[in-house]
Amino acid sequence: MKVLVAVKRVVDYNVKIRVKSDGSGIDTVGVKMSMNPFDEIAVEEAVRLKEAGAVSEILAVSCGVAACGETLRTAMAIGADRGVLVETDAELQPLAVAKLLAAVAKKEGVRLVILGKQAIDDDSNQTGQMLAALLGWSQATFASKVVLETDTARVTREVDGGLETIAVKLPAVITTDLRLNEPRYVTLPNIMKAKKKPLDTLKPEDLGVDVAPRLKTLKVVEPPKRASGVKVPDVATLISRLKTEAKVI
Amino acid sequence: MTALVIAEHDNHSLKPSTLNTIAAALQCDSQVHVLVAGSDCAAAAQAAAQAAGVAKVLRADAPQLAAGLAETAAAQVVSLASGYGHILAPATAFGKNLAPRIAALLDVAQISDIIHVHAPDTFDRPIYAGNAIATVQSSDAVKVITVRTTGFDAVAASGGSATVEAVAAVPDAGLSTLVGREATKNERPELTSARIVVSGGRGLGSKENFEAVMIPLADKLGAALGASRAAVDAGYAPNDWQVGQTGKIVAPQLYVAVGISGAIQHLAGMKDSKVIVAINKDEEAPIFGVADYGLVADLFTAVPEMVKQL
Repeated sequence: MKVLVAVKRVVDYNVKIRVKSDGSGIDTVGVKMSMNPFDEIAVEEAVRLKEAGAVSEILAVSCGVAACGETLRTAMAIGADRGVLVETDAELQPLAVAKLLAAVAKKEGVRLVILGKQAIDDDSNQTGQMLAALLGWSQATFASKVVLETDTARVTREVDGGLETIAVKLPAVITTDLRLNEPRYVTLPNIMKAKKKPLDTLKPEDLGVDVAPRLKTLKVVEPPKRASGVKVPDVATLISRLKTEAKVI
Repeated sequence: MTALVIAEHDNHSLKPSTLNTIAAALQCDSQVHVLVAGSDCAAAAQAAAQAAGVAKVLRADAPQLAAGLAETAAAQVVSLASGYGHILAPATAFGKNLAPRIAALLDVAQISDIIHVHAPDTFDRPIYAGNAIATVQSSDAVKVITVRTTGFDAVAASGGSATVEAVAAVPDAGLSTLVGREATKNERPELTSARIVVSGGRGLGSKENFEAVMIPLADKLGAALGASRAAVDAGYAPNDWQVGQTGKIVAPQLYVAVGISGAIQHLAGMKDSKVIVAINKDEEAPIFGVADYGLVADLFTAVPEMVKQL
């Protein structure tokens, strides 16, 4: 079975982002970019499924600017077999990405797509669900455990109030939550090997997808800052101030 | 036009998140309908009819809707979508699973986690873990939205008198089945709607310590229990207690952070709390930057002391 993993290039999770002073967005000039951490978990899961013999080939796909090719190399260093870059300089929103991924998934004849539940830049948490809808496939979001059977995937999901296990018919889309696995460290020999793996580049037009944004960002601002508080010397003072000043207990 | 709210419920009663979502819907449109899709869900539909501001409740009642699985539930919403200018769900695991599927079937964008309505087509939503707020405008005919519940005060659960109309249930999509649920045992207030939340972090050191220190404090304050991602990852607390960007977003009257350093992703989940208390032995911990009251102390002595004095 061929699996598609989708990977997004985002501002590295350790970077403290800066809002541009003109309110037009986030300053990304010279900022470290990395693979979206949830997508890294998706790649790792696909590699583990392949190592367990349940998957034959892993195709990594990224949509965006040319530099997303680096993100695909990272996916291949973790263990993806080849990469497809859908290259565009246009702003891509989740619906457009889902359409691009749907077109690639159909073209490649994959039966399973694994991707992160959300990207840590726009925090949308949409692409996987949209992709499943467009393909008419089943969906298993926020996965913390995946067991592949012949025609179904048994997926444990992190939901409000605990865990839920569902059985979804294949083909299916699975989105990963944090505790699905711990991605391996990428080793130098694997980085070298990844450079030799095939990477194809397509344009949205080649896939017949209109990627025009549906949402217009009018402005981006910093959230209101909290006024800094006080240090209290001991528990008794803390309790008394919570009672008399803050009046919350 | 009219706004449609997708109720989150357990067939018997509404989840509190539905009331916050109705509040957001009323800011988008004066006319609000609520869809209660479930199985034997008459009681939940009745509860929705009593929520303030609701004009009509649509009840789709069939066994295939019992588990709230996305494939059938999304088809149900789409079957009723015509005539609605807004479709809103709470930004909970339930709503986040469902809303994007509905949006894609309608070929429209989905707007996630709104915290403010400027105009029926213009909304604020946090990005980058709440480190920036984007104002976005939708050009789609139907706005499919998830609502961050802490951004909107819940409408009253009673006082409304909407009519309940039965609607035809769609057939089972036949794509997925519920195998089982493993609910975390919890007799405490629900984390996202609790008035007081006490959260523990890696500073607790073990599951045993977490329970020994945090539970008496939560009991004393009648609080919900939360945890940092580090504490959940280390197995000190169950996953659904996680407060943060990728866990639950809470905004209680009082948030007590115990042994939590205050990683950006944790702060994203609790910094809208009214009053924040931090107890940590590291006075440089970033949590003190957002705390109204900071106590630099060893939590293993300070928290039991607090329990004694409360």
